[in-house]
Amino acid sequence: MSTSATNSQLTPGVAAGRLSDEDYARNFADIAPRLDGHEARVAADRCYFCHDAPCITACPTAIDIPLFIRQIATGTPEAAAKTIFSQNILGGMCARVCPTEQLCEEACVREAAEGKPVEIGRLQRFATDRLIETGVHPFTRAADTGKSIAVVGAGPAGLAAAHRLAMKGHAVTLFDARPKPGGLNEYGIASYKTPGGFAQAEVAWLMQIGGITVEHGRKLGADLSLATLRKDHDAVVLAIGLAGVNALRAEGEGLGNVVNAVDFIAALRQAPDRASIPVGRNVVVIGGGMTAVDAAVQSKLLGAESVTIVYRRGRAKMSASAHEQDHAASVGVRIIHGAAPVRVHGNGAAQEVEFAYTEDGPGGLTLKAETFRLKADQVMKAIGQTLDGAPEGVRIEGGKIAVTGAGRTSLPGVWAAGDGAEGGEDLTVTAVAEGRDAAEDIHASLMP
Amino acid sequence: MANLTTTFIGITSPNPFWLASAPPTDKEYNVRRAFEAGWGGVVWKTLGSEGPPIVNVNGPRYGAIWGADRRLLGLNNIELITDRPLQTNLDEIRRVKRDWPDRALVISLMVPCDEESWKDILMRIEDTGADGVELNFGCPHGMSERGMGSAVGQVPEYIEMVTRWVKQYSRMPCIVKLTPNISDIRRPAEAARRGGADAVSLINTINSITSVNLDSFAPEPTIDGKGAHGGYCGPAVKPIALSMVSEIARNPETRGLPISGIGGVTTWRDAAEFLALGAGNVQVCTAAMTYGFKIVQEMISGLSQYLDEKGLGGTADLVGRAVPNVTDWNQLNLNYVTKAEIDQDLCIKCGRCFAACEDTSHQAIWMKEGRTFEVNDAECVACNLCIDVCPVDNCITMRPLKKGETDPRTGRKVGDYANWTTHPNNPMAVKAAE
Repeated sequence: MSTSATNSQLTPGVAAGRLSDEDYARNFADIAPRLDGHEARVAADRCYFCHDAPCITACPTAIDIPLFIRQIATGTPEAAAKTIFSQNILGGMCARVCPTEQLCEEACVREAAEGKPVEIGRLQRFATDRLIETGVHPFTRAADTGKSIAVVGAGPAGLAAAHRLAMKGHAVTLFDARPKPGGLNEYGIASYKTPGGFAQAEVAWLMQIGGITVEHGRKLGADLSLATLRKDHDAVVLAIGLAGVNALRAEGEGLGNVVNAVDFIAALRQAPDRASIPVGRNVVVIGGGMTAVDAAVQSKLLGAESVTIVYRRGRAKMSASAHEQDHAASVGVRIIHGAAPVRVHGNGAAQEVEFAYTEDGPGGLTLKAETFRLKADQVMKAIGQTLDGAPEGVRIEGGKIAVTGAGRTSLPGVWAAGDGAEGGEDLTVTAVAEGRDAAEDIHASLMP
Repeated sequence: MANLTTTFIGITSPNPFWLASAPPTDKEYNVRRAFEAGWGGVVWKTLGSEGPPIVNVNGPRYGAIWGADRRLLGLNNIELITDRPLQTNLDEIRRVKRDWPDRALVISLMVPCDEESWKDILMRIEDTGADGVELNFGCPHGMSERGMGSAVGQVPEYIEMVTRWVKQYSRMPCIVKLTPNISDIRRPAEAARRGGADAVSLINTINSITSVNLDSFAPEPTIDGKGAHGGYCGPAVKPIALSMVSEIARNPETRGLPISGIGGVTTWRDAAEFLALGAGNVQVCTAAMTYGFKIVQEMISGLSQYLDEKGLGGTADLVGRAVPNVTDWNQLNLNYVTKAEIDQDLCIKCGRCFAACEDTSHQAIWMKEGRTFEVNDAECVACNLCIDVCPVDNCITMRPLKKGETDPRTGRKVGDYANWTTHPNNPMAVKAAE
């Protein structure tokens, strides 16, 4: 095994192997390592066990946070994990990827008191890791109901729905287009947030509930039709996410090395060796969300010399949290606000991106005359994902599957949940809540 | 800076902080280092009779109670008196006192409850140069099974008898160390005074089992699967010690008897509280065992600053200042009415006051829109629980109602001082002559 790099940060163009093995290992190590037992007890002790706690209200899955923290404090992290999983079966992944600083930790009264909230996310990871690593699944499946339910999409929403339905005794078939389950947990999250194959380990642990059959390589609209699913099953859950990617609609978008950030992130997650992933010497990421930050940070960690995020609006409008933006800045990513791409320059492959400054006025965003250029061997588009492959007949609203109540679509017997469904923020934790709630609603309607 | 020089039963030390008779004062090496760190005095760890020294267990001797971040709140021990030869201790005491003449050095003693044993040990220590003796009638574990320690301290007649022997056979000032493992602390203190004691010191440790191992089902500390009760000390016992000190300070039979205050003294503030309740000095053990000898520096600087801020010239001006305010319940003013008030600017909206009041008290706190918590004066009995559970300093305070103001809870106007002894609901009330 080589320890020295074949290329360097200064190698022109797009190249793999810019760093040594040691650098890759260090750069992609666990971003927030698990608390040890003593750290967890100290962190847990800071919880005030609030009445009707604001953190619970702030959590889309409404985990009883004060209770699970008290269970950690009293030496029973396994019980804490069960408290978490009973509301959020993907509590392990959410502990890693939730923007806690915008949810539970923002609501924590100690944030108000001292600007230093209880470390809820890290405590949740402490408890959930403990239980998952023992291999014990804390729930048992109810007696078989004879009902069969199809869940399309094995991402957070689909997994949460499948688990809850299986737990209630229904037979679940889980379809997914990709070769592995997990959805964005497996393909869409920065590697350093979930190292060690956690996404697959979590799914395997979840599947222990039993009663779930997974069929990979099955895509709605290809070899799978909603009509057949509705005929063969008592209910259908559409948890198909947002599979499409917005276009730049700027000249030169078709040049080489202009890529989708989600594809770059997915390739990195699936790569057996990070040295095999090519990255530009100068990378420009266009967008303002978590995907933009994840792509930019990982480009830097792969050895790009310069990485710039360019977002068309102001800092306050960026959907990436302040914490994520700070993290990007800490690894050396530059963030430019208030500029939009007008043209990608290059000869066959991208060389520069030209931006115009923008003005965010009452009439919307307008481009100013003044432009600037950034060197770009590689351009990553991260300007949002779109609903793609929604079946015909399902009413669409604002680019998402329209739902009422707990995910009921316009078609009888068809529910929708996750990023592809209307309502809620596009977060893992929200997807889990929607999947869970759709499952409860299905159960209530099938078993009156 | 206030001068902390303190004279206690004729023994002068540069400050009122002495190390109690315990492991920290077991030998010359420790005591020299304690004096170098600034301690005003030590009570040398208890000496026993001439002969083969006692033995200690060879497993754990301490058990602990922890707060957050493993902060030690209470310590329990099953260690016995010194397990080193008597002559070794005497030689060391003589050398240390010679080199540190300005520091207090008192010897703790525990021998069998007969006149000859006491006469003998007093003769042996006479020429060490020590400033006084402390009679260990306190240790509740081990030695008590042999008729010493708290076995003596629990019988006032024995205390009086032994104290009398000591005063008869020694010219040294004599402190009697009391056990708290007794129903009325005034009785042994009175016995000590009758026997001629120059002072009492208290409290010694409290009978305790710190924890039970839930795997082996044995008390901790565990010695080969078994455990025995030990003596409890540290910050957790301070409230018990303060109460007992105050009882002796205000008891007519013992008033004026010098007291060396012991029990959970950890900071200068703890020490000041003991002095205010009538202790002439304090003895420290657990805090030193937890943090080392250096803590005395904070105690010295803190007490000096406090005395300066209060305009008190020295420790003697502080001693006993709170004693007149310690009274019996039946003397408390039942017409003193207060109401809790929540400072909305300081409130962090945790709702602990609400949970405590709603679930366990008087339903006197409203939870309103936007997690705003307000006190309902018509229900508030001013119990103080909301303040006790609030995590924010001074967020909830008690406002005393003015005389003549109407208490919304009772509908009655606040009147003049009146206590239970004259209250109409008291069947034993002192009634005006009819």
